[in-house]
Amino acid sequence: MGRATTFSRRTLLKGSLAAGSGLVIGFWLPRPGAGPPPAEAADAFAPNQWLSIDRDGVVTIVNSVPEMGQGSLTTMPMIIADEMDAEWSKIKIEQAPANPQLYANPVTGAQAYGGSRGVRDHFEMWRKAGAAARQMLMQAAAQEWNVKVEEVDTEPGYVVHKGTGRKLAYGQLVDKASQLPVPKDPKLKTPDKFRYIGKVVHRTDTREKVNGSGVYGVDVKVPGMLVASIERCPVFRGTLKSFDASATKAVPGVNNVVQVSNGVAVVADSFWSALQGRKALKITWEEGPLAQLSSAEITRGYEALAKQPGMVARKDGDAAKALAGGGKTMEAVYQVPFLEHACMEPMNTTAHVTADACVIWSPTQNPGGAQATGARITGLPPAKVTVNTTLLGGGFGRRGEQDFIVDAVETSKAVGAPVKVMWTREDDIQHGFYRPATYNVFRAAVDTQGHPVAWWNRVVGPGILIQKGRAQAGTIDGAAMEGVRNFPYDIPNVEIEWTEKDYGVPIGFWRSVGPSQNIYIVESFIDEVAHLAGKDPYEYRRALLGKSPRHKGVLELAATKGNWGAPLPEGRARGIAVAFSYGSYAAHVAEVSVAPDGKVRVHKLTGAIDCGIAVNPDGVKAQMEGGTVYALTAAFYGQITLDHGRVQQSNFHDYPMLRINEAPVVEVHILDSGAAPGGLGEPGVPTVAPAVCNAIFALTGKRVRSLPINFDELKKA
Amino acid sequence: MISLVVNGKTQQVDVGPDVPLLWVLREQLGLTGTKYGCGVAVCGACTVHVDGQPIRSCVTTAAAVAGSKVVTIEGLSTKTDHPVQRAWIELDVPQCGYCQSGQIMSAAALLAKMPSPTDADIDDAMSDNICRCGTYQRIRAAIKRAAAIQKGGA
Repeated sequence: MGRATTFSRRTLLKGSLAAGSGLVIGFWLPRPGAGPPPAEAADAFAPNQWLSIDRDGVVTIVNSVPEMGQGSLTTMPMIIADEMDAEWSKIKIEQAPANPQLYANPVTGAQAYGGSRGVRDHFEMWRKAGAAARQMLMQAAAQEWNVKVEEVDTEPGYVVHKGTGRKLAYGQLVDKASQLPVPKDPKLKTPDKFRYIGKVVHRTDTREKVNGSGVYGVDVKVPGMLVASIERCPVFRGTLKSFDASATKAVPGVNNVVQVSNGVAVVADSFWSALQGRKALKITWEEGPLAQLSSAEITRGYEALAKQPGMVARKDGDAAKALAGGGKTMEAVYQVPFLEHACMEPMNTTAHVTADACVIWSPTQNPGGAQATGARITGLPPAKVTVNTTLLGGGFGRRGEQDFIVDAVETSKAVGAPVKVMWTREDDIQHGFYRPATYNVFRAAVDTQGHPVAWWNRVVGPGILIQKGRAQAGTIDGAAMEGVRNFPYDIPNVEIEWTEKDYGVPIGFWRSVGPSQNIYIVESFIDEVAHLAGKDPYEYRRALLGKSPRHKGVLELAATKGNWGAPLPEGRARGIAVAFSYGSYAAHVAEVSVAPDGKVRVHKLTGAIDCGIAVNPDGVKAQMEGGTVYALTAAFYGQITLDHGRVQQSNFHDYPMLRINEAPVVEVHILDSGAAPGGLGEPGVPTVAPAVCNAIFALTGKRVRSLPINFDELKKA
Repeated sequence: MISLVVNGKTQQVDVGPDVPLLWVLREQLGLTGTKYGCGVAVCGACTVHVDGQPIRSCVTTAAAVAGSKVVTIEGLSTKTDHPVQRAWIELDVPQCGYCQSGQIMSAAALLAKMPSPTDADIDDAMSDNICRCGTYQRIRAAIKRAAAIQKGGA
């Protein structure tokens, strides 16, 4: 950090006004053709890019993490406000523009948000940003009073002279503080002094989300804006051969039809008109190499490859020898399907491309990527590409992709007007970046006492990082191995293999990524091994977690709070699972019953989470509650299948979501380990499916080895 | 021209006979609080009240509700203080928030006809509304809280 710079954000129009709470959630709104607003004369104290204080004492905090439901508009300001001792009612929050130089994640180096990285990657940085401001305000007050800085302290919004009780409001110190050098290593609070962190703080964005005023991507309106809908090739990797738009152009309200990378865009004065125009298109596709691809072919291919050796991702001892060593052994195959994210807000983006500027309004998890995409398509330097991040109607990893940004920038460039490109639900389900389908073989051996002596696992499937060019082909994809390679159990002979097989179906990061599927298979199979050993599945895990006390901690907490071992009503059973993902440790105990028709009812899920310092404990609970429902949807219903290279599902009738009548009671218990913060958006997901499936086994004796759960197989004969 | 009564205001809109109310509200009247989620009446994000009944505006044409009283999330209260909104704020129900306009309109319609709903009543009335963030547990609790607020037990 250098010397304090001063600037004002007054030139920004507000995207939405959350009256009453005293908080304003804004985003950079558009003057068509204009770049970022110019810096104004010094009328605020801004020691860094994260905060400024004006003469009225209003603290403006700039949140770099897109708000997709995880609570970044609350947690981020809590951290800054705590260290600077800001008055919560005097805080305004703005969403950062794309500017990786200022706002890139310090760990990944990109202004892109996934991997539950909001708090955990920025915690120290934001604390220091707030602490620097506080230290400078204290120095300014000490100068004003002509006393030593050691004699002053702060309370929310004020510097206080300890001896006399004199006070100066932060707003009164703006000019003086602006003249001071920014401390490089400001002193941070000790946790006992936290004022907001770890306390109950209500979300700052609730009001705008209950009165309809919150602005999501789909709600953006720009003067002169047109609305477009794109017809895409139904087959992945297919291309456009030719199209006839004459009937489309005759549809009232249709303004233009243009070819773009992702298909044919029908541009109209309203979404409804664009849709009618789209129906009238006559398109011939070159369906390409995947035109005959089916889910059955993928499964057969995986199955054949699973019989061949893969790349060795981990080898401890000699698993093959131990398996042949004469103990009790078992083998099992687990499969998971492709899954779509199904954000409630379908993909969309608005763009306005002119000769010397590109302005993008997008519900994106990746503002830096959107800026780069805009620059690539327009040929403009990134500084001429403004990205306004709106509220996101769900993210789950889907909104880190660039396809919906490309749609809008290309279409606007082609028609020379601001254009909002909106996807239908069908577009969204059928043109996703899917959670990879995989095929997994396990073998294990236990000795005469039941101790596991060998654990062997071969995973066959595509690698997300490799498909996206972020890892080299022929290497082991870290995302594919997450959860299987680093399982926590203390077993002497372990071999984990990976075989890459990518059929070309677009794949992506789906809430909790590798662990979303790998924890299901690992935690199901360890349960099988516990039964092979004739041991209680909770005690069996616990005994193998000696080397991972944080796993053990959440496992024990979930078991205690979930009444593991206590009697249950007839027809119910419990299952348990534990995992590490995204910096946090989580465990679940599920309590289930199965109806005569095979339908599973999850009555209760008791969760335990050790996410280190829980910055916003109610937010932690909300993410755990939400993760449970997301995971149960996948366990009960989630399945994208292919036929002739096409996704067979299209909307919520055939890609169903869990509904309130199926939602269990979710209890969340936070284990306060005091460690550095871990992630939360994702860690609530991985252990849910295995806990439920293990409970189903305990109840029925039937092991669920592929998802979604086949209810027919659980029918009582 | 169709005459619509939306949030107490009579408005003339020039749309074809097949245009869903959802798009008239969002694109012509600027009432973007009502959301598009599926277009086929299976997710509930577009729920509004027509003469007090919760309906899916994505499959209801504007023409079909001409002359009826349409209330959207923007018209539920003037100060964001409908009991359901107050309860939602108190319990921090929304996460991404995209489905919440529809959830709130369904909940408000439920409480209007059933002041003390049971869990089963809530499940029954709210199971047409999908929340992908999984706020169902808080929705259940907030509906009960709203029922108490509505009865004057604030």
